[in-house]
Amino acid sequence: MSAETNDHSPDTQHVDHLGHEGHNHGSFRSYMIGFVLSVILTAIPFGLVMTGVLPTQATALLVMAFAVVQIVVHMVFFLHMNSKSEGGWTMLALIFTIIVVVIALSGSLWVMYHLNANMMPATHDMSQMGG
Amino acid sequence: MNADQIIPLIFGRLTLEALPLHEPILVVTMIVVALGGVALLGALTYFKLWGYLWKEWFTTVDHKKIGIMYMILGLIMFVRGFADAIMMRLQQAMAFGGSEGYLNAHHYDQIFTAHGVIMIFFVAMPMVTGLMNYVVPLQIGARDVSFPFLNNFSFWMTTAGAIIVMASLFVGEFARTGWLAYPPLSGIGYSPGVGVDYYIWALQIAGVGTTLSGINLIATIVKMRAPGMGMMKMPVFTWTSLCTNVLIVASFPVLTAVLALLTLDRYVGTNFFTNDFGGNPMMYVNLIWIWGHPEVYILILPLFGVFSEIASTFAGKKLFGYTSMVYATVVITILSYLVWLHHFFTMGSGASVNSFFGITTMIISIPTGAKIFNWLFTMYRGRIRFELPMMWLIAFMLTFVIGGMTGVLLAVPPADFVLHNSLFLVAHFHNVIIGGVLFGLFAAINFWWPKAFGFKLDKRWGLISFWCWVPGFWLAFLPLYVLGLMGVTRRMRAFDDPSLQIWFVIAAIGAGVIALGIAAMFVQFVVSIINRDKLRDTTGDPWDGRTLEWATSSPPPDYNFASTPVVHDADAWWDMKRRGYQRPLAGYRAIHMPSNTGTGVIISALCLVMGLALIWYIWWLAALTFAGVLAVSIAHTFNYKRDFDIPADVVRETEEARTRLLAGTEA
Amino acid sequence: MSTTAIKIDDPTVFHLEEEPHHEEGSSTMLGFWLYLMSDCLIFAMLFAVFGVLGGNYAAGPGPKELFDLNLVAVNTAMLLFSSITYGFAMLAMDKDNRPQTLIWLAITGLFGLAFLGIELYEFGHLIHEGATPQRSAFLSSFFTLVGTHGLHVTFGIVWLVTLMVQVGLKGLIPANKRRLMCLSMFWHFLDVIWIGVFTFVYLLGMLR
Repeated sequence: MSAETNDHSPDTQHVDHLGHEGHNHGSFRSYMIGFVLSVILTAIPFGLVMTGVLPTQATALLVMAFAVVQIVVHMVFFLHMNSKSEGGWTMLALIFTIIVVVIALSGSLWVMYHLNANMMPATHDMSQMGG
Repeated sequence: MNADQIIPLIFGRLTLEALPLHEPILVVTMIVVALGGVALLGALTYFKLWGYLWKEWFTTVDHKKIGIMYMILGLIMFVRGFADAIMMRLQQAMAFGGSEGYLNAHHYDQIFTAHGVIMIFFVAMPMVTGLMNYVVPLQIGARDVSFPFLNNFSFWMTTAGAIIVMASLFVGEFARTGWLAYPPLSGIGYSPGVGVDYYIWALQIAGVGTTLSGINLIATIVKMRAPGMGMMKMPVFTWTSLCTNVLIVASFPVLTAVLALLTLDRYVGTNFFTNDFGGNPMMYVNLIWIWGHPEVYILILPLFGVFSEIASTFAGKKLFGYTSMVYATVVITILSYLVWLHHFFTMGSGASVNSFFGITTMIISIPTGAKIFNWLFTMYRGRIRFELPMMWLIAFMLTFVIGGMTGVLLAVPPADFVLHNSLFLVAHFHNVIIGGVLFGLFAAINFWWPKAFGFKLDKRWGLISFWCWVPGFWLAFLPLYVLGLMGVTRRMRAFDDPSLQIWFVIAAIGAGVIALGIAAMFVQFVVSIINRDKLRDTTGDPWDGRTLEWATSSPPPDYNFASTPVVHDADAWWDMKRRGYQRPLAGYRAIHMPSNTGTGVIISALCLVMGLALIWYIWWLAALTFAGVLAVSIAHTFNYKRDFDIPADVVRETEEARTRLLAGTEA
Repeated sequence: MSTTAIKIDDPTVFHLEEEPHHEEGSSTMLGFWLYLMSDCLIFAMLFAVFGVLGGNYAAGPGPKELFDLNLVAVNTAMLLFSSITYGFAMLAMDKDNRPQTLIWLAITGLFGLAFLGIELYEFGHLIHEGATPQRSAFLSSFFTLVGTHGLHVTFGIVWLVTLMVQVGLKGLIPANKRRLMCLSMFWHFLDVIWIGVFTFVYLLGMLR
């Protein structure tokens, strides 16, 4: 992102024919790469879960990893995510959102796990009833 | 089909019993409001002002007018919220020794709920938004915000929310759950009436306005700055506005989601926050405070920015530590997401979780402390002018710091276990909100009123208001600290221990003194308007200001700047004055401006009716108005011609008139 | 442009000769992106709720009894295809080819409708089996998360149809191109959310 004295107002930056600077457009090639990658990154997780060839924990981790990768693929090849668009503000907004989401998600899971452990009524398993 | 079947179909659960005719206080209020309302509407009609109001104010997309309307909304709702406060103080001062006071539980519980909801959502938020709306485009040398129509729409959605809350006073009832409406109490089982539904829809509708406003102001600050105004040359108020709006966009969706889930529980019978079928009410508390803590920073950060402007202007000195102020603001923005659990230490998450959040809460006080030192160092060896904004700054520093310190005390989990939900907590947050937000708003109003209206506020009545507010605040809330330390719980209506009464009586007196302060403020407005010619400022720069808004006339023309300034310094206007800046006296061009539109009013009105329909289970009306909102929104997008040009001649006339005015002043 | 740059750095210059002109709609892409970030947060909260409550079956049916992964795979394919066809629409738009743009938009809409149809069928089937949103917190979270996504797709289709009419009426003028680019961001964003949904709700649900 531009800073200090070099940051003239955005309208002195390059403005392309569509009237906005730095906006990237895809090409047929990039859309196809994104599409093929997405198909692969979808098929494998579905396959792993539906066939159950790997142990559960490994499957879970792999499935989550593939999801993250596919999200990045979508961001790059379909949403044309890059660090230049809007003078870097698009990327900054995304990073900030991700930080907040990670904090809220992990924080909530952590907090609720502890709250549940301390505060929720114990399940009454017949074998644990007195006597 | 007979009448018994048709009437519920048409009116849902709305019946004549919804009118609170058995509550004398409410009947009196209804009569007063009805009479006042008729008088006001009658006067507007008699003086043929509807056309003017519609064309110049209701449909405006001018950020300045929208900012003023937000302030008016906030001030009106402040009177309502304060009335709730006075009623509570009176009740609590009376209800001892077997006396039940004059408010039953059913009524009292609505009052403290409404007091909190109104003060946060319909006083503080609109006024902070109004300030940012008015000042930021001027400070960055822009002509308007990025999305002028959305700006108008945001205002009307906020107003619709306020109307829904006010409607609950006269038709039905309000929530009795406290301002955050925790389930299971707020669930359909324990609150089957309309109260919580009024709460939900008022907040959801207003929340749309707030979120859009946040997006609007971020885009404005990022994209519309004058040439040369790099990020580190923005005025500090603009910086705090940027961070505030980032917080808005990154926190209000959480509130939207949580309230939506509560709505589903109430309307559809889902089990998010129920006690059975796997629901978990603690999740509501967790999520709502993930929103709630950033919310309090949304309220205070803009006022920190105001105080930075005021410190430098009225000490006649550059702000000390601009860079550290910016970093402190950004750090506060990020850290505000790491402290939320301190609002429910006692809910049972255990030592490890509580310690983490206790530590982060203490850390977040540090950047605020840095700001206080920066303001002090700005004032040190400055040439201080004790105008009202500076006086409010000093009152803020003394008041807010103490409130902040009680906050650090509460951040210690074992201490909080004793003080949570006691009057100590109530004193703490009023200490920081009144000392910080409210004193800041009073400072801002006195500071920028001349810019908005062309004449200063009367200093004498401002001083009277000040000297009622500051001692009045301490009288009203110091007793609450004492009571909290003695173990008195919040939200209580009647007390057994007679030794407590004296403290409540002192607090009630304090509230009375504050009431005088509020009255004095309104007198200040009236007196100033009446004496506006004596208080006139023709220079546009009555305080020898430092930032770009003071370069314009007072009030600024519709287009703000005839010719966009180039910025070289953080105190852009100060820099221009020092370098002998001359206003361009020729070369005026036509200026492209956005057109007014009634679409915002119409969509908001439809949302208002839809909200009321959903509250009263009038499903056909809800569906109809929803379809209406969709139809009007889509139709609006078919209008591509949304702007016009101010001809160069008009610009020239306006600017030449100002040249004459300035020449008259100098002569 | 370079003379402007020099003038801005000159501390005695307070106005430019040529008034800096903010292009109409210059804020639109950033503004819409910021809105998408706020929408992302709403979904994140729904995911959080699903994460916390998604194991609370209340002695009712769980994922293994309810989810048909074949159907979900087909649905995922529908959405993914709609993303690529929207991409083709954007390529046609870049070339100012109105008929092609409209055709690809229409195909995108059809894929979107297919997605919705399959999802409604799935929901209907679940409810018919007694697995209603009211049955348990797990089902409340499931229906709300997946349903909110579906609602967004519905709004997207309404928007798409509106834009097709507007492009038909006014052509690929800059304002319509901006709108198409915003819808593009929206549409791909919904596919990103769906990746989260099929992973965390369906696939991981079957592994619980």
